[in-house]
Amino acid sequence: MRFPNIARTWPAAATLLLLLQFAPAHAGKTLDQVRQRAQLVCGVSTGVIGFSSADSQGRWNGLDVDVCRAIAAAVLNDPAKVKYVPLNAQQRFTALQSGEVDLLSRNTTWTLTRDASLGLHFTAVTYYDGQGFLVPKKLKVTSARQLKNAEICVQSGTTTEKNLSDWFKAQGIKIKPVVFEKFEASIKAFFSGRCQAYTTDASALAFIRSKEAPRPEDYLVLPELISKEPLGPVVRRGDDEWFAIVKWVIFALIEAEEYGITQANVDQMKAGTDPAIQRLLGSAEDSGKLLGLERDWAARAVKAVGNYGEMFQRNVGSASPLKLPRGLNALWNKGGLMYAPPVR
Amino acid sequence: MPSQRWRDLAVQGLFAAGLLALLWWLLDVTATNMAERGIRSGFDFLNDPAGFTIGESLLPFDSADSTLWALAAGLANTLRVALPAILISTLLGTLVGLGRLSPNLLLRGLCAAYVETLRNVPLLLQLLAWYFVVTDLLPLASEALQLAPHVFLSKSGLSLPWLADGALFDLPLRGEMGISGGAAVTPEFLALLLGLSLYTAAYVAETVRAGILAVPRGQSDAALALGLTRVQLFRLVLLPQALRSIIPPLTNQQLSLTKNASLAVAIGYPDLVSVANTTLNQTGRAAECIALIMAVYLILSLLTAWLSAWLEQRSGRWAERS
Ligand SMILES: N[C@@H](CCC(=O)N[C@@H](CS)C(=O)NCC(=O)O)C(=O)O
Repeated sequence: MRFPNIARTWPAAATLLLLLQFAPAHAGKTLDQVRQRAQLVCGVSTGVIGFSSADSQGRWNGLDVDVCRAIAAAVLNDPAKVKYVPLNAQQRFTALQSGEVDLLSRNTTWTLTRDASLGLHFTAVTYYDGQGFLVPKKLKVTSARQLKNAEICVQSGTTTEKNLSDWFKAQGIKIKPVVFEKFEASIKAFFSGRCQAYTTDASALAFIRSKEAPRPEDYLVLPELISKEPLGPVVRRGDDEWFAIVKWVIFALIEAEEYGITQANVDQMKAGTDPAIQRLLGSAEDSGKLLGLERDWAARAVKAVGNYGEMFQRNVGSASPLKLPRGLNALWNKGGLMYAPPVR
Repeated sequence: MPSQRWRDLAVQGLFAAGLLALLWWLLDVTATNMAERGIRSGFDFLNDPAGFTIGESLLPFDSADSTLWALAAGLANTLRVALPAILISTLLGTLVGLGRLSPNLLLRGLCAAYVETLRNVPLLLQLLAWYFVVTDLLPLASEALQLAPHVFLSKSGLSLPWLADGALFDLPLRGEMGISGGAAVTPEFLALLLGLSLYTAAYVAETVRAGILAVPRGQSDAALALGLTRVQLFRLVLLPQALRSIIPPLTNQQLSLTKNASLAVAIGYPDLVSVANTTLNQTGRAAECIALIMAVYLILSLLTAWLSAWLEQRSGRWAERS
């Protein structure tokens, strides 16, 4: 007798059920565990270029990966001490709930349901995104409003599915979603012509068009963004110290950009005279002890991955193949939404 | 004797009670642990609007309908593919199984090759292969083949006229977005139906072959010596006896088929598990959704077991009569 498929399709969920039986609710502090094993375990995607993807040598990079590296640098003084666990859209929350990963840093949208009912906490926003559509140019469509009766390929386990229903319903337009569990299958079906459109976060569409399309010039990202998709790292509830660490490492990277602290000049800046910069970099007061970290925690993070602006440029911005504009992700004083509370 | 019966009953009762207590304990610990971790639980979400759209559905479904109805639509979709697949695989499997016993060498070889190939390639791969072959071969929806008036074939599937609420017929029409209106046999459905049927047929073939081989050889020889034709031999001697040993494993295989239908989500067909997956992810109620799925499959299993027992009895009576 073979095992029923339920067990095969939902191994992660089954693990969760088992773990919920035996794992104590407060299984020690995450920080202690990370230090003890001298490794941060970071949940990432199975491959979204610009955010988290592995190259041919198995080295991970991307904006979400840099967040993991920055935290490893701040906590363990070594950005390389990270184990990456690739998770598809469906597996990600279970992996975090069950303790398989210390941190989920994987293009994940902050929503009420996720923040308030999964036993998780969203820490901060690392990328302000919105949901868009990719269509073949041959279709001669210039607006999502023209997608009447279209079949639209989408991956399950995402916010994408529900936005799709909501938006078209509000427009009074009927569409037909074709829902796949795996990212690969969903884009393969789209590029084989099964669907007239593909939908997901606009940032990912840029990568899908440039890297996955047989001929990128045959495809077009429609101008409409139909939702707000604030993406950011997630931690488990019940460990406020760890929550604070993740949150403040991200804030520190954003503040570093604001103060002009870069990967290249961080050591010089330490010796400067600006008290705010000295506080951030730990050369005056010890801001680290409030978080349970060493005093140069923020300096280490910036040294490992650069400030937020540098992370952006390198992974998804002008210095990357995706060439996404800063847009909403510019600093607050440059017309964007990136605003970190003061490290004070 | 009665005291022995009482003892047996008591042991069984104790065992059942123990099992129930264990189940109760597991549920209790899960609920407490979830509450402690701030994970919400409960089945209240079943009454909330689903909020997502189901691509193709036998039951009329709209995103404003309840989650429970969405799951029902998913179950209907599971049955919509499983029932025809059960029929096709049983028929095809029987033919292939008989083919393996044929005196014709070529036929025997072909049938053996069929069984070996299909049983040894994982079903998931077969489904993906069928799916991408089907979608690659067919023309784009905007360039759909017109087979007859209002009948189109394309990557969107086979679109046919269908009964509609208002008008008499809902006719498929070619528009800018491809085909609209009518009913469609989608590539997802087709690939799943094909994949499940062909795969399960290989197992059915082996069961049928084994069932027939289990009838002592002497009986065939005797029947042929009595002048029965091969068809008569099969119908009157082999089949009635073979059925008894075929039916239990056969119903098991068809139950596996129904469970295997849950691979649908890999190729975009909205079966029960696919809809439950979406629900699970939209609501975060993982434990509840899994429990529901397990309950549904348990009921299907029990129904199948019951059906199997009934069929066995019938075939037994049939065997005695003939
Ligand atoms: N931001 C959305 C969508 C995120 C998402 O999972 N997107 C898909 C499509 S681009 C993805 O990353 N898939 C890669 C994978 O499953 O590994 C969410 O949080 O639900």
